Amino acid sequence: MPRELLEKTGVTLRDAVADDAVAGVSPRWVALPETVEEVSAVLRACAEGDLALTPAGGGTKLHWGAPPERCDVLLDLCCLNEVLEHAAGDLVVRVQAGVTMGALAGALAAEGQELALDAPPEATVGGTLATAACGPRAFRYGAPRDLLIGVTVVLADGTVARSGGKVVKNVAGYDLGKLFTGSYGTLGVIAEAAFRLHPLPPARRWLVVADAARPRELAAALAASQAEPSAVELDRPGPGAPATMAALVEGTAAEERARVLRDAVGTGEVSPEPPAWWDAPPYEEVLVEARFVPSALDGVLAAADAHALRLRGSPVSGRLRLSPAGEISEERLAAAVAALRERAHAVIVLAAPYEGVDRWGPVGALPLMRRVKQQFDPGRRMSPGRFAGGI
Amino acid sequence: MIPSPPPSIAPLTAALRSALPGDSVITDPVRLRTYECDGLTHHRAVPAVVVLPETAEQVARVVRLCNEHGVPFVARGSGTGLSGGALPREDGVLIVTSKMRRILEIDLPDRRAVVEPGVTNLAVTEAVRDRGHYYAPDPSSQQVCSIGGNVAENSGGAHCLKYGFTVNHVEACEIVTPDGDLVRLDRMDPGYDLLGAFVGSEGTLGIATKVTVRLSRAPEAVTTVLAAFRSIEEGGRAVSAIIGAGIVPAAIEMMDALAIEAAEAAVACSYPAGAGAVLIVELDGPATEVEAQFARLRELCSGAFELRVAADAAERAAVWKGRRSAFAAVGRISPAYIVQDGVVPRTSLPRVLAAIDRLSAEHGIRVANVFHAGDGNLHPLVLFDDAEPGAGERAEVVSGAILDLCVEHGGSITGEHGVGVDKARYMPKMFTGDDLDTMQLVRCAFDPRGLSNPGKVFPTPRLCGEVPGVRKGVHPLVESGKAEQF
Repeated sequence: MPRELLEKTGVTLRDAVADDAVAGVSPRWVALPETVEEVSAVLRACAEGDLALTPAGGGTKLHWGAPPERCDVLLDLCCLNEVLEHAAGDLVVRVQAGVTMGALAGALAAEGQELALDAPPEATVGGTLATAACGPRAFRYGAPRDLLIGVTVVLADGTVARSGGKVVKNVAGYDLGKLFTGSYGTLGVIAEAAFRLHPLPPARRWLVVADAARPRELAAALAASQAEPSAVELDRPGPGAPATMAALVEGTAAEERARVLRDAVGTGEVSPEPPAWWDAPPYEEVLVEARFVPSALDGVLAAADAHALRLRGSPVSGRLRLSPAGEISEERLAAAVAALRERAHAVIVLAAPYEGVDRWGPVGALPLMRRVKQQFDPGRRMSPGRFAGGI
Repeated sequence: MIPSPPPSIAPLTAALRSALPGDSVITDPVRLRTYECDGLTHHRAVPAVVVLPETAEQVARVVRLCNEHGVPFVARGSGTGLSGGALPREDGVLIVTSKMRRILEIDLPDRRAVVEPGVTNLAVTEAVRDRGHYYAPDPSSQQVCSIGGNVAENSGGAHCLKYGFTVNHVEACEIVTPDGDLVRLDRMDPGYDLLGAFVGSEGTLGIATKVTVRLSRAPEAVTTVLAAFRSIEEGGRAVSAIIGAGIVPAAIEMMDALAIEAAEAAVACSYPAGAGAVLIVELDGPATEVEAQFARLRELCSGAFELRVAADAAERAAVWKGRRSAFAAVGRISPAYIVQDGVVPRTSLPRVLAAIDRLSAEHGIRVANVFHAGDGNLHPLVLFDDAEPGAGERAEVVSGAILDLCVEHGGSITGEHGVGVDKARYMPKMFTGDDLDTMQLVRCAFDPRGLSNPGKVFPTPRLCGEVPGVRKGVHPLVESGKAEQF
């Protein structure tokens, strides 16, 4: 019996409730491992009983991705919540995957450091990695994969494997961390991670330009400035509504540099506080991400306008998140996504309660990706069907 | 005597000749010999055939032919690698990208350039420098090393402390897979980050035929400081103080007395006399920020007996001259040497350096230390006289023991030179069998036949399709009739 297999592991187990649903699919049980060994034990039990499993962290993005083909076990990593090692002198931290980004930020701030990834405080390290979710400052510091220096993963058969390490500079072996980052739980479970840290900047200032008339030109000027903004974000709360652009300057002499930035673009207000919409959590029920080169911005904005989408994100990194102002039908969403796909390099429907919509669009190296999946999870037990190309 | 290529390669050679322009296939033994090693010269193997393709399609054709004939292939850029990653196979084809050196596209508004793999690292920067941009990764061989090689090795450089490595600056690659398919891997694409897995895979997952690199905006200000200390310990304390003060310089480099002596002999860099260690610290960024950080840096380097600030580009070049020439310079003070590359957590540097000193004394082998102090990346230069019997072996022992030290202190056996053929045997010191088997899954997805640069990175990889712990063949109990399987 599957339940007995799971109980035999000794890992805390409970029956799933409605709130445990993964993109609308209810698991049967929730397992709560407290160690990497327990994660491995649960995965071995799943392998023995051919049970499908979806790992979960803070649940902030559990509605992202396609519903799993099957889901017997939700692996709740909330109890893997230890900061294992903060080597402040090395600007490195090692954490378990269930540590929340908020708790981690608190621990690091005590030593004047930060993990320069913008994420909701209740999101976990593991979930942030599994979805490769980027915030405004990815423009300067890179995406989650760029700050990850080591990872411990547990494979579908229970194998515990590590790659990278706890030093920033390291080219020994394949970088499994990059492969698992953004893999939506389809290759295995991210159990521990090590990151490169940055010193907390002594000051932050925002240059806010309300009613940004020519957003592409403005964004380009901000990005090219030698005042070196850490982020440039655009917010347009509705179709036809005026766009607001804000640039973040961090570090020494932030105030002066923000003023240099303002003088360079000839407009805007310098503020010690971000605008209210800055880095708001992406909890919308329908959410689309467009990725494009910065010069394609105008086309993306026009398509968003034509299909009545609100948008927010980075015109300089070429990543915007779009959502409908209200309810949207499956047909209208599909039409909006199709229009965006003509203008952007890639358009991903992160979240939508519809079965029919093509969430990922064309996937370039899909045959290779399928082979990777086949190698790592030949039994298709790890979040099956959640990912690009039905992986 | 140069051995003639094994006869089995002849049909492939014929096929290559009909598939590529005439002068692109080399089988002349004398010419083949020029490719027998890369920058790690003590590993040598004359390839059976060398091809010099001019296009991605030609690379794909070569790889497909290798597949048809079951012959391994190795890709090579400029051959500057220091771990033998481009060491040829005597039974295989060496695919050299030196004819693929066009810069295909420069797109400053989107800050990217598309280049062929044979383009040199520095050529990218030179193409955009006058427009205020540059390509950030700067391995010390940047004048000659190729972008394709940089991608294979995930090359770093002195400035990766602040700006990261090749993998952080590559937006997309067109690759020829080990099966011979042309595939584009793009950071913006949905799906697995195969680009992230490919960069740094040392030619074992395929060959890059086009690389889209990110261009960076040149910083407004650069300040380069040379600080001379009486001892390596004092220099090390300054590094800790800088990092502790929340400053991330573009680079922090350190050289010890022996490395300085060599650099003086080679390039007369005129570093302060009597220095036990010199530190090169480069700050860059917005002028106001650099100014404030420089003021703080002065305080933090109060232990230095001399502090020089480069006033202009020429003075900056003079400061860097000694550091950049350090590897070759030790040739002036030693007949032979091994360039080692290991990493330790930066805070372990003092203990590791002391241990290297002990090793050096114990074995009677001098070690000159040059390192990227900011990120704990050591480049010990292990000096020996190859005319002295046994000296080479002792140097090997010291060099290997340094890697053991790196692993013991939680570091890595390579920070930027790669594993290649040189360090494959050290991989089990850093990773468990399960770790290596899991990495091998990636290899099997890309290269199930194991034809793409075999013998590099991994010691004795298991065969693809072989599952650990699962028996193949008939169970002994079944065979002996004591059990039945259903």
